[in-house]
Amino acid sequence: MSETVIKVENLGKKYRLGQDHSNLLSERLGNALRNVTRCLSGNNLSTLPPHVLQERDFWALKDVSFEVKRGEVVGIIGRNGAGKSTLLKILSRITAPTVGKVEMFGRVASLLEVGTGFHPELTGRENIFLNGAILGMSKVEIQRRFDEIVAFAEVEKFLDTPVKRYSSGMYVRLAFAVAAHLEPEILVVDEVLAVGDMQFQKKCLGKMESVARFGRTVLFVSHNMASIKKLCSKVMYLKEGRLVAEGATNNIVGEYLGEYFSSISGTVLPDTMHRVHSPLQIRRIEFINSLGQEVAAFEYGEEILLRLILEITETVRNVRVGIGLVAEGLRITTVHTPAIKAIMPSKAFPVICRISQDVLLPNYYTVQLGAHDAETGRGLDWVPDAAIFQVLDVATRSMNEIDEKETGFFRLDPHWEWGEEIDSGKDAVR
Amino acid sequence: MSGSVKENYFGQTHRTVITPPKGWLSLDLKELWAYRELLSLLVWRDVSVRYKQSVVGIGWAVIQPVMTMIIFSLIFGRFAGLPSEGIPYPVFTYCALLPWNYFARSLGDSSDSLVGSANLVTKVYFPRLILPLSKVFAGLIDFAIAFVILLLLMVWYRVTPTAGVLLLPIFLLIAMISALGIGLWLTALNVKYRDVKFVVPFLTQFWMYASPVAYSATIVPEQWRWLYALNPMVGVIEGFRWALLGKAAPDFAMMAISLSIVVVFFVTGLFYFKRMEQQFADII
Repeated sequence: MSETVIKVENLGKKYRLGQDHSNLLSERLGNALRNVTRCLSGNNLSTLPPHVLQERDFWALKDVSFEVKRGEVVGIIGRNGAGKSTLLKILSRITAPTVGKVEMFGRVASLLEVGTGFHPELTGRENIFLNGAILGMSKVEIQRRFDEIVAFAEVEKFLDTPVKRYSSGMYVRLAFAVAAHLEPEILVVDEVLAVGDMQFQKKCLGKMESVARFGRTVLFVSHNMASIKKLCSKVMYLKEGRLVAEGATNNIVGEYLGEYFSSISGTVLPDTMHRVHSPLQIRRIEFINSLGQEVAAFEYGEEILLRLILEITETVRNVRVGIGLVAEGLRITTVHTPAIKAIMPSKAFPVICRISQDVLLPNYYTVQLGAHDAETGRGLDWVPDAAIFQVLDVATRSMNEIDEKETGFFRLDPHWEWGEEIDSGKDAVR
Repeated sequence: MSGSVKENYFGQTHRTVITPPKGWLSLDLKELWAYRELLSLLVWRDVSVRYKQSVVGIGWAVIQPVMTMIIFSLIFGRFAGLPSEGIPYPVFTYCALLPWNYFARSLGDSSDSLVGSANLVTKVYFPRLILPLSKVFAGLIDFAIAFVILLLLMVWYRVTPTAGVLLLPIFLLIAMISALGIGLWLTALNVKYRDVKFVVPFLTQFWMYASPVAYSATIVPEQWRWLYALNPMVGVIEGFRWALLGKAAPDFAMMAISLSIVVVFFVTGLFYFKRMEQQFADII
């Protein structure tokens, strides 16, 4: 069982950022022309917006080496942009590496998306064959597993209906069902489980577990630490294109979350390409619990306090600061301050947001931060992936056993009414 | 992609090696063959989806060339009185419209094949060559349907084919390879420069008038024939007319020029495509 099936040596992938992305000849010619005129007129480069100048090499992945043994289920974690998807794309042979070497022993199938190649005009039956072939199954293989796929997807009645008439749930179920019945020796999976309803997600997780039990090797990328913990025996942690840690799941997930959470207070939010040069920069975000301690997770029912620290370089007026919450890939809500009339230059201007008790249900929440000018609507700052915090279930203190009665993100406190009720204990005379 | 797959179905494991691309790459026909099932499914998908949810459906494969034939017969045959070498003009032009429509459509579809399947290119690996190939094959179905009409026309006008009809598949093959060769260039260029999508309709329109669809190749002055033959569709269309309508045999020198041009386009297109292949997913 200790045979190496994936061997990666010094893998690296370089992208060129900036002007190279113009896909129209005229744009490229236009850029070239602008460069020439700028040189002739001796104009300073800095008059152009910064993104135009950022033509530079960018290593999405660098010096990554690792080995995976047969039957291991390895999770790959890291923030957005850490190189997880690039790694999967290289292993799936969708894109070529710039340096390094990968060797894999066994039939490889990769699943970067469910339903790749599904055609809306074709029926469920036809799409099963098409999608299966695209994922690398032979016709015979698909025929052999056809009934299983259909049963798994629960779409028997609609097999001969074009999938464009399917509900989105049915579509996803069918797409995943085909993928779940791939029988490769090595399976490379991107975050495809973040689709479908809770019930179906559980079914998919179950299927993945059974795949692993049959001695197949799985590489699995996810942001969902609960499923990583559930499935993976080993985890690799990527950070800025490098493999920074590798080992037992609990240790590495702990390290990752710890680092993630400490980055919230300890380090400033990183300067990403998204950020605009503006007099207002959101520098830090802190999560503070009801005891006034800085934390990474809140207990369900506790008041949640978010403290943002802004750096103001020149007086700004009519500023609205916004917070967006993302869970399971969905932006579930955004909130904004009223317009703040004026803020004088300051190194640390605080903005505090209190979320009252028991509104957010147990889950992981990614925080997006932004600020804009209330009058002109001009964006002042935007940090799409600022931090993550967790709301823990009080009873179990874990994500794994969420009360079925209250899944989702928000707790509503609805007012219920119903028709005449009969107490079955008393004689219910008809 | 520079990975090579060794496929041993008898208990031994597959071995996949992925390294950075180096220089000119080999074609790897073996791998292409291994993906033949996907190719046939993509062809089938294109064919079955093309006329979905249209009332006339596959009838469009007939209506289009027949309407063009009628218009050409009126304008070029009747009003302009272009010579058709003793063959009834409608058959004369329809016989050219068949390979021409096939070529124009295959060229257009294969030029768009990569960008049109961007979702596949960025999510799944398979030899990318399959995409333009599938378009060139899918066009054959419309060709076959329109061909039935040609047979009916020939019966109606009492035109008998010559023994040259046996060579018809060869002329069709030349049309296929021409469309594929140029399609390979255009589809690979289209990934980077979307200008291609504006060029193609213009190109095919221009090209049709440079091909003997509405007129006979014999009206081109003798001293310019060699230049005219640089257009591979000249050989194909004249070949069709010769094989089916018993028109004078095509000039061998002209055929040779046409063929060499086709080969040049096809081979260079193949190389350019393979060279760009590793970048498709990154820049599409």
